[in-house]
Amino acid sequence: MKGIFKNPLRRWSWLFMGPIVAAFAIGFVWPFIQGIYLSFCKFRLIRDAQFNGVDNYIAAFADETFTHSFWYTALFAIVSLVLINVLAFTVAYLLTQGLKGSNLFRTVFFMPNLIGGIVLGYIWSMIFDGILSRYNTSILLETKYGFWGLIILMCWQQVGYMMIIYIAGLQAVPEDMLEAAKIDGATKSQTLFRVTIPNVMPSITICTFLSLTNGFKLFDQNLALTAGQPFIIQPDGTTIKTTEMLALNIYNTFYGSSSTSPGVAQAKAVIFFILVAGLGLAQLAFTRKREVQQ
Amino acid sequence: MNKNTLSAENRTKTLLSVVLGIICVIYVLPVLAVVINSFKLNTYVKSDTFAIPTGEMYAGFSNFIKGMTFGNYPFWKSVAFSAFITIVSTALILLFTSMAAWYIARVNSKFCKTIYYLCVFSMVVPFQMVMYTLSKTADTLKLNTPWTIPIVYLGFGAGLAIFMFVGFVKSIPIEIEEAASIDGCGPLRTYFSVVFPMLKPTMISVGILEIMWVWNDYLLPYLVLDINEYRTIPIHIQYLKGSYGTVDLGATMALILLSIIPVIIFYLACQKHIIKGVAAGAVKG
Repeated sequence: MKGIFKNPLRRWSWLFMGPIVAAFAIGFVWPFIQGIYLSFCKFRLIRDAQFNGVDNYIAAFADETFTHSFWYTALFAIVSLVLINVLAFTVAYLLTQGLKGSNLFRTVFFMPNLIGGIVLGYIWSMIFDGILSRYNTSILLETKYGFWGLIILMCWQQVGYMMIIYIAGLQAVPEDMLEAAKIDGATKSQTLFRVTIPNVMPSITICTFLSLTNGFKLFDQNLALTAGQPFIIQPDGTTIKTTEMLALNIYNTFYGSSSTSPGVAQAKAVIFFILVAGLGLAQLAFTRKREVQQ
Repeated sequence: MNKNTLSAENRTKTLLSVVLGIICVIYVLPVLAVVINSFKLNTYVKSDTFAIPTGEMYAGFSNFIKGMTFGNYPFWKSVAFSAFITIVSTALILLFTSMAAWYIARVNSKFCKTIYYLCVFSMVVPFQMVMYTLSKTADTLKLNTPWTIPIVYLGFGAGLAIFMFVGFVKSIPIEIEEAASIDGCGPLRTYFSVVFPMLKPTMISVGILEIMWVWNDYLLPYLVLDINEYRTIPIHIQYLKGSYGTVDLGATMALILLSIIPVIIFYLACQKHIIKGVAAGAVKG
């Protein structure tokens, strides 16, 4: 049966697979391979690329702006992970208790997700400066304002998104389990911590990893809100952009006015890719392990 | 349960509703701030950000008129380019990835598996990894215009779409397609009249994810397109602030308002599908 069906389909492979293979080769496979190759090369223009071993990687790790942006990004990702998930879970929990107006609340909380990162950045930079200008300062003048400003922005944008995933998880908690806990005389908080939370662990895993990788990959919002300001000029002449995150650091190394070597930038990009892909694989391993247990 | 505890529970519920209602109002304040400031004269935006524009602050529609030609580029052109790129890219992605996904799920050869795993792999690769080489490749192949950039989106965005479609096709019983082929349908007709209609729910989910991504995307079009000629809305807005020392904040807010109105209408109109699509896309991370 299968044989009759399969063979004619194979003759059409050029139509079904052709366009996607061509576009995928142009849009992903070739740039990816070339990117790996160029990270081991010294060049100004791609056609003059000359192999120079791991020099670019050494230069990348020696670059203080890169290590600074790494630690800044890691701190940002962890703080935003905790805040976003605690807030999102709380809201999702409340919205599944049959409160009046739950649908309206859900609609409102999710809404900021549809606004693009650049626009979000400008909306919030106006709001923060509107507040801070009363104290004669600006979000561009202090690192801590830039940091917490971006945290607030990301919470505003992402809480609604994670809330949707948590609501789906909470609605899948078996009703009879909750019923049984109630009959056995469990209090609300006992039910929450002993029954509900263990049952929504898959959603928690997804959301924590999502917010972690989102934090690491953040670019548009970072660019639009502070673009790395305020800057500190080191005694040796390097400029540290104090609120610059990894993705923006890579971008500036490629295209910034002081950019000298795209090879180093490409090496940073490969390091960044390994970091983000590592987080993705960790999530996969983690989710798989849970699936086996259930 | 006696009556007292019941009414106590009701009271907590009402209280919680009120608290959440207040938080909701705070939640929409940033959008309201955009609305009021788009009607405010530039000089007052920074000093009186949260004041309702009245009297001498009120700018009428002058911000909107100014915004139209702001930054030496007509705003309607960026809206048109954004709309064109979003619609064409999404249509291309939906058509070609669903066809490929069906082929991958049904033929299941070594070649198919390779493509499938490459797609899954591409989902964990951040854009910064390929941005330099991708924009050079796009330049070389003349994919750097709004008319051709959908091909770049098709290539870079294929991963998630193929992943979601393959998952769905595998859940469709193959017997339906076999019946069609016994009745004399060729693969092409089987796909378009039998499989394609069944894919509708996933089409909507994937379509919404792609629309949200392409419409809001900044870096890819910024690097690929010649931005003196072609700008999308995010590029236009970034350009206003990026290249001029003193920005007319009132006019910028007017443009931001104009750019989020369609998004909010789209959201309110297809809210159910959007939330479902987002939840479906999130499951894999």
